Amino acid sequence: MSEPRKTPLYDLHVALGGKMVDFAGWLMPVNYPAGVAAEHKHCREKAALFDVSHMGQVELRGENVAGKLETLCPSSFQTLPEGKARYTFFTNAQGGIMDDLIVANAGDHLFVVVNASMRDQDIAHMRRLDLEVTELSRALIAVQGPAAEAIVAAHVPEAAGLKFMETTTATLAGVGIRISRLGYTGEDGYEISIPEDKATEITKLLLEHPDLEPAGLGARDSLRLEAGLCLYGNDIDNETSPVEANLTWAMQKKRREEGGFPGAARIQRELAEGPSRLLVGIRPEGRAPARRGVEVADMDGNIIGAVTSGGFGPTVEGPVSMGYVSAAHSAEGTQVQLIIRGKPRPATIIKLPFVAHHYKR
Amino acid sequence: MTTYYTEEHEWIEVEGDTATLGITKHAAEALGEVVFVELQEVGETFDKDDEIGVVESVKAASEIYAPVALEIVEANGALEDEPGMVNEDPEGNAWFYKVKISDPSELENLLDINAYKALID
Repeated sequence: MSEPRKTPLYDLHVALGGKMVDFAGWLMPVNYPAGVAAEHKHCREKAALFDVSHMGQVELRGENVAGKLETLCPSSFQTLPEGKARYTFFTNAQGGIMDDLIVANAGDHLFVVVNASMRDQDIAHMRRLDLEVTELSRALIAVQGPAAEAIVAAHVPEAAGLKFMETTTATLAGVGIRISRLGYTGEDGYEISIPEDKATEITKLLLEHPDLEPAGLGARDSLRLEAGLCLYGNDIDNETSPVEANLTWAMQKKRREEGGFPGAARIQRELAEGPSRLLVGIRPEGRAPARRGVEVADMDGNIIGAVTSGGFGPTVEGPVSMGYVSAAHSAEGTQVQLIIRGKPRPATIIKLPFVAHHYKR
Repeated sequence: MTTYYTEEHEWIEVEGDTATLGITKHAAEALGEVVFVELQEVGETFDKDDEIGVVESVKAASEIYAPVALEIVEANGALEDEPGMVNEDPEGNAWFYKVKISDPSELENLLDINAYKALID
């Protein structure tokens, strides 16, 4: 293994007391002195700032760029209006998911954000297209929570006019940025792409606001889990299809019907016949968290699935899990058992999310 | 009364052949906010290094091991209702078990306070 990389905000994380861990080859703060639960609650109640510079930011340019990217993803980009972003995924030939990503129409190019752990794979994958693929050296920060608009719009007035999944270029303290109204917490908020050499200055400026506190990867994970958002490598991977993962909404009707993306045969078959398993929310009774790998059984003790993400939800104030169960047991309200350290514990299938989304549509 | 420590960051305070045990302040801080504690039943016996409980924080699950062979005499049920006690007072009110030590000679293999401090520094 090579040395873990540092984001442009590394020194600031250390100065803020961040507990740094190696995540996907990057030294990132798992939490600050406030702790995961306090950072999580602050995001839901006011606003939290996350460094997500480890994610890959890529610009795609070239003739028919939207059409070419559609050959790798089951979503529509040719009909994506300028200034709009879309959640999508790369599928493999078997209809599994290679990674999930955000694609934005930035006018003369597509702006793409991919997961840190998959950026090398994804960039190589996109380079197979006859396109100009430019990996940006920019920081990316997320400001998430009900106070995000007031905090960000104080510096970037255009931010208030953006709706969920809209993106624009702007200036912040004289620095050219790209700002997108989206995130990974279920809350309203923004992701802001900043030149590396200005990242610390801008982050410090934003953090001067009394309602904004830094939050680490721990809170990012518990927030997205309560929001029912998939984590690549846990809830979705090369084996799981978008239909199984309840991501059919991200595949626009025309693409679902016409195919023309890797793995279309399996995906269209599952759309027609229904998948054999489905990703669901699972709410354990009692306090015991059911983490990744815990088996799910029906009330007769037959194994029907497994937890893919699970832990304690600070806003729910109880354990929350997501996992795949057989389609026959996937209905909301179905009683199941979680086998935690050999002991069956009762749980209920719920409709995701655990905490309602608060997007500004 | 003597207190010993383990490399698994547990403490055990011994008086004769009975003892009280829990996790150290260092362990509680490393775990973060404790949200769940699972304890074994009174009367059960365990060999040294057997798993005798689980502590879960927002971040992760972590096992508690028997520092010596023992029988559980009393379990601190309050921890199951108020797991946050483990963060507040890990080396006091948030003890996990009172136990009977099966073989006091096993205590010789544990760490004293100075050796434990050297371990965590």
